[in-house]
Amino acid sequence: MLPELGHFALILALLLAALQAFFGIAGAAFGRERWIAAVTPAVAGQAVMVATAVACLIASFVSDDFSVAYVAENSNTALPLFYRVTALWGAHEGSLLLWILLLAGWTVAVAFASGRLPRPFAARVLGVLGVVSLGFLLFTLATSNPFMRLDPPAPDGRDLNPILQDPGLAVHPPILYTGYVGFAVAFAFACAAMLEGRLDQNWARWTRPWTTIAWAFLTCGIALGSFWAYYELGWGGFWFWDPVENASFMPWLVGTALVHSLAVTDKRGLFKSWTLLLAILAFSLSMLGTFLVRSGVLVSVHSFAADPARGIFILAFLIVMVGGALCLYAWRAPLLKSTAGFELGARESFLLFNNVLLVIAAGTVFAGTLAPLISDALKLGTLSVGPPYFNPTFMLSMLPLLALLSVGIHASWKRGRLGEQQRMLLYTFVAAAVLACGLTFGLYHGGRILTPVGATLGVWIILSSLVDPIDRWRRGLSLPRAVLGMTVAHIGLALAVIALTTVQSFTLERDVALAPGASARVGDYEFRFGGVQAVEGPNYSAMRGTLIVSEHGAQVAEMRPEKRQYWVQHQVTSETAIKMHHGNNLLLALGEDLGAGRWSVRIQIRPLVSLVWLAALVMAIGGALAASDRRYRTAGAAVVTGDTLIARRPG
Amino acid sequence: MNRFLLPLGLFVLLAAVLAIGIRHSPEKGVIASPLIGKPAPQFALPSLTDPARVVRSEELHGHWYLFNVWGTWCVECRAEHDMLLQVGRAGVLPLIGLDWKDDDAQALAWLAQLGNPYQAVAVDRSGRTAIDWGVYGAPETFLVNPQGIVVYKHVGALTPETWARDILPRVSAVAATRS
Repeated sequence: MLPELGHFALILALLLAALQAFFGIAGAAFGRERWIAAVTPAVAGQAVMVATAVACLIASFVSDDFSVAYVAENSNTALPLFYRVTALWGAHEGSLLLWILLLAGWTVAVAFASGRLPRPFAARVLGVLGVVSLGFLLFTLATSNPFMRLDPPAPDGRDLNPILQDPGLAVHPPILYTGYVGFAVAFAFACAAMLEGRLDQNWARWTRPWTTIAWAFLTCGIALGSFWAYYELGWGGFWFWDPVENASFMPWLVGTALVHSLAVTDKRGLFKSWTLLLAILAFSLSMLGTFLVRSGVLVSVHSFAADPARGIFILAFLIVMVGGALCLYAWRAPLLKSTAGFELGARESFLLFNNVLLVIAAGTVFAGTLAPLISDALKLGTLSVGPPYFNPTFMLSMLPLLALLSVGIHASWKRGRLGEQQRMLLYTFVAAAVLACGLTFGLYHGGRILTPVGATLGVWIILSSLVDPIDRWRRGLSLPRAVLGMTVAHIGLALAVIALTTVQSFTLERDVALAPGASARVGDYEFRFGGVQAVEGPNYSAMRGTLIVSEHGAQVAEMRPEKRQYWVQHQVTSETAIKMHHGNNLLLALGEDLGAGRWSVRIQIRPLVSLVWLAALVMAIGGALAASDRRYRTAGAAVVTGDTLIARRPG
Repeated sequence: MNRFLLPLGLFVLLAAVLAIGIRHSPEKGVIASPLIGKPAPQFALPSLTDPARVVRSEELHGHWYLFNVWGTWCVECRAEHDMLLQVGRAGVLPLIGLDWKDDDAQALAWLAQLGNPYQAVAVDRSGRTAIDWGVYGAPETFLVNPQGIVVYKHVGALTPETWARDILPRVSAVAATRS
């Protein structure tokens, strides 16, 4: 009964999304006040229906209703309750449902906050979000219904994919998707502005907080995904340039560009058409990511079951949404004129470089991700693109970006002279170079040239970012949240750069075969193997190794990597053991049983790797701080009343 | 021609590439088996229905047969079972089952309840034989010719379409040329 209720709720949600789309867009276009008034109830109704559907599916999971095919495929009576709930997004159908739920959440939030927006404009925004929701609901109901029944029901479920039975992965998709879906709001604002044929600084001010929050979530989501890949997959890396990772990274790069370009549009009324294009691109790449992951066009380690019918649907949807938005762009963008100008060397030009470099970076990732597909489509043979392509090309656009950052934040709007700032920048640069080189050579004894360069740029960004806040603090001036957020986010980026370059250069990795009592030396650490014992989990059995880690004869840790065999899917997963010690991340993975008590063990020592994820968190916190600035909450209403947007309001 | 049309043009190009990519993907979705064209792996496993008997791959030589990998823990296998019963009734070729990493009592109960389409069911408790056959997941079905060569592999539940399109023509074409 519950699954049918959920299915029915989803169909009602589809109808409400259609109403929301129609009344929102047509109501504003024809100036029908009563149509516009119907939009918000449709938004609320849709959210309630989607939530009902999700609740029904969760209830089916919790009650072990194996007559529902999706539950039977992704759950099991032995599965712990927590994973029965998170199994909701363990596969394709439920992930889509989660997408839709989060979109409904964002839409409700926009509707709530839309009181400050001119009514026709708000209606258009909600209407465009309705179109997006309509597409995803149609997709779910037509090709990926999670409520399909099995007749007769399965006696027991096939269990959740064991590599997804992990707390990190359980929370990763909702956060990542919140970021993805959040760009739908920026997309809707862009489409609404183009439908209206008007875009001013107020528009940028309304769009900024939404975009920044979505960006912060995406940052967290990517970091969590990388963290999960590091400790769960047991391959000992945190970034593989895998198509699925790239699919989340491309919208992040473009989203970062968008956040900066919106700042220029907000402050100076420039880059209007460029900002619109980035808003379209960021969401298009989010949808393209969904397409690439779901359609099976690209083969990836993370791939879910591929289904060409789904691929065709997503492609059609992509053509309608992105093609439609770009047509609108080609038609409306030429009308947007910017009157103001700026000198080379002004902050605008630095932000322009930022945008260009980020888009180039996204472009190189895009090219590398799609190259295998294109070469296959043109019958040029199978092509595999990996880190040897991605690492240098990505660095090529990132290094100038980092070098320009410190200067850019001290440049003034419009005017190209740096003035007194020049000396300060030089001092901070010299200080950064000395500090960074001293640290890298002192702590790690040399290494590749990349590390001192990266560390210098990173430290320079930190130092120069702090100059302004410290100056304000000393003069007793308040620090607006927007500036504070920017500073924190930039420091986060700098930390990430320092960590990444250090990890790249100073990772130690060895695969050793150990008999009980034997030990291996890697770096300054000694690992003594205490043998392996069998243990039982709720739905798996495992072999657990014990290793005593010591440094210079003193014990620092006891680590227990596991190799699990899940009962139902017969899949073997590797539970790595991870330990932080003096900034070094020690990772142990249990390999194969070599007989006679001997086991192969993979030992890795990565300096500062935890800082990579911590840095991402700092960036996200910076984004959240910036988005919470008072300016976005109060300024809107006051400015809007006198604005020309109202003039077009149909009577 | 204005520069604002450029993004649209690029997107149309991309959409075309993706459309071509999708047309190719059905073949890519199938995990190609390196076994095709090679002799079927040898095995000698106890029979599920008669533990005293041993099912040997050599005994199967000289006939076409379908080798179906299944288990009671597998939901898809449950969905597939009706199709297998039809294949068994059709009597075109024998169906040999491989009960993969399963509980014997449950497997017997399953066959008693749903019907037994198999001429013989080999029990692969350790999963070694499935590894030899390169099985990724149940259900999988292999078509083996009288010379003991694997000619076709199907991943997932056997469907009437696969049966009519991929299996029957292979078996009957050879039968037709012979007569």
